[in-house]
Amino acid sequence: MDDFYRELIVDRYKNPLFKGELEQSDFSYEDENPLCGDHIKIDLVVDDQNIITEARFSGHGCAISQASADLLLEYVIGKSLEEVKKVSKETILDLLGIELGPVRLKCALLSLKVLKAGIYGVSEIDQELKEL
Amino acid sequence: MNYNLEKIRADFPILSREIRKGISLAYLDSTATAQKPKQVISAMDEYYQKHNANIHRGVHTLAEEATTMYENARIKIGQFIHAKYAREIVFTRNTTESINLVAKSWGQKFLNSGDLIVLTEMEHHSNLVPWQMLASEKNLELEFVSVNEDGRLDQDTYKELLGRSPKLVTFSHMSNVLGTINPAREMIAAAHEVGAIVLVDGAQSVPHFPVDVQDLDADFYAFSAHKMVGPTGFGILYGKERLLDMTPPFMGGGDMIKKVQLRSFKPNDLPHKFEAGTPAIAEAIGTAAAIDYLKAVGMENIAAHEHELTNYAFERLLDVENLKIFGKNDGRGGVISFEMANVHPHDVAQILDSVGVAVRAGHHCAMPLHEKFGIPATTRASFYLYNTTSEIDRLVEGLQIVNDMFA
Repeated sequence: MDDFYRELIVDRYKNPLFKGELEQSDFSYEDENPLCGDHIKIDLVVDDQNIITEARFSGHGCAISQASADLLLEYVIGKSLEEVKKVSKETILDLLGIELGPVRLKCALLSLKVLKAGIYGVSEIDQELKEL
Repeated sequence: MNYNLEKIRADFPILSREIRKGISLAYLDSTATAQKPKQVISAMDEYYQKHNANIHRGVHTLAEEATTMYENARIKIGQFIHAKYAREIVFTRNTTESINLVAKSWGQKFLNSGDLIVLTEMEHHSNLVPWQMLASEKNLELEFVSVNEDGRLDQDTYKELLGRSPKLVTFSHMSNVLGTINPAREMIAAAHEVGAIVLVDGAQSVPHFPVDVQDLDADFYAFSAHKMVGPTGFGILYGKERLLDMTPPFMGGGDMIKKVQLRSFKPNDLPHKFEAGTPAIAEAIGTAAAIDYLKAVGMENIAAHEHELTNYAFERLLDVENLKIFGKNDGRGGVISFEMANVHPHDVAQILDSVGVAVRAGHHCAMPLHEKFGIPATTRASFYLYNTTSEIDRLVEGLQIVNDMFA
């Protein structure tokens, strides 16, 4: 199956570690990918140093979008909001460990778009995410 | 039936390419767009190599040749759907533009505040959004014929809605998601009884079975060349002469005028009054070649072949666990949309792609229909004249891989 559906991706899709919602959050944002109807909402809690202490995602979508959301949240917990600014397309692809074509890239980057739009506002997100 | 599938497949160069090393293509996405036979490709190529010129202007030999080829395409397309006159055939960019032409020109002039348009829940966005736009602009009412569990239109709702005297009724002849073939002739007759004008979205019907617009008595009928082995960028709007005559022009520009002064113009005769600017000439010629091709195979034969494939697919898909097909295998064309428990259609399609099987995943430009069935998206396999039962076997094998991976 090429390497597309690496065990990691299917596993994190079936058994996500950070799926759910936070009753109280400092940041909460949602968006969707009209191509496939993927929908992701991310809730974040930060401490007084602006370090992300808790994060959950909810919604529905394909294995790529769900696994990348789960891996992304794992990656950003413990990082500061300033550090999250530096998370890029390449970070996500590294986390997933696969190459993606332009169509599936939209699935993979939806969670990053939601995360950044939630923290910094839609107008502040990276150009490559705006064009998704 | 004398159906030479091998010969047909040999006419479509793309069908013999490998998707990746050692993996051949099983193209089950013709409802999105059909593949093109070499006859269509070379007709367009030859036009550019030997006849290229602008049409309806210039008197040189090339201009004469190009104009003749372009207008012959109109005649051929008109005959293909049994229009009374070639001038009832208007060229557009696609089905979507054909429908927008009716909404923005006919609808703009003849629909007024409070008027009712009857549509259906199974419409493609292209036969929904133009009416939503017009409705909000002119304060029109939209009502929808519901879709039953079996994937068919609820004819009782339809009759009820006709009782409210709609000005326009519009529906797809065949659903691009469910494959349902709607009883167009009966629905049109019933709409005419209450004085409604009827527009039929024929994007999925004209490519797959014989269509006779006069027998149907359709007022407007819209379809696209690219779904019927022709080129992209070429759409057709059929309209009854009387209706097209009273409809104001769509876009303004060259070719759609008879006379222009600084502050006024006089529109051209049918069908040119709706064709502003230099049109898709090569695409018109390619569409004529596509019609020649489909006619040589025979539309009845194509319909019968797809019927066999659909029956075969229904039978084989029963073997696949966790799979649910939308709609019944009865009165439908070669389109099967399905859902697999706990697997997103994108993942289904991606895994199928890895074994060379091309299907569509998503909402197929019919979000309201998916909402009705309570799912965001489906996977869709669709069949055309060149598909084989062994491609359906490959689909089934691919779906078994999906189950193994996600079970």
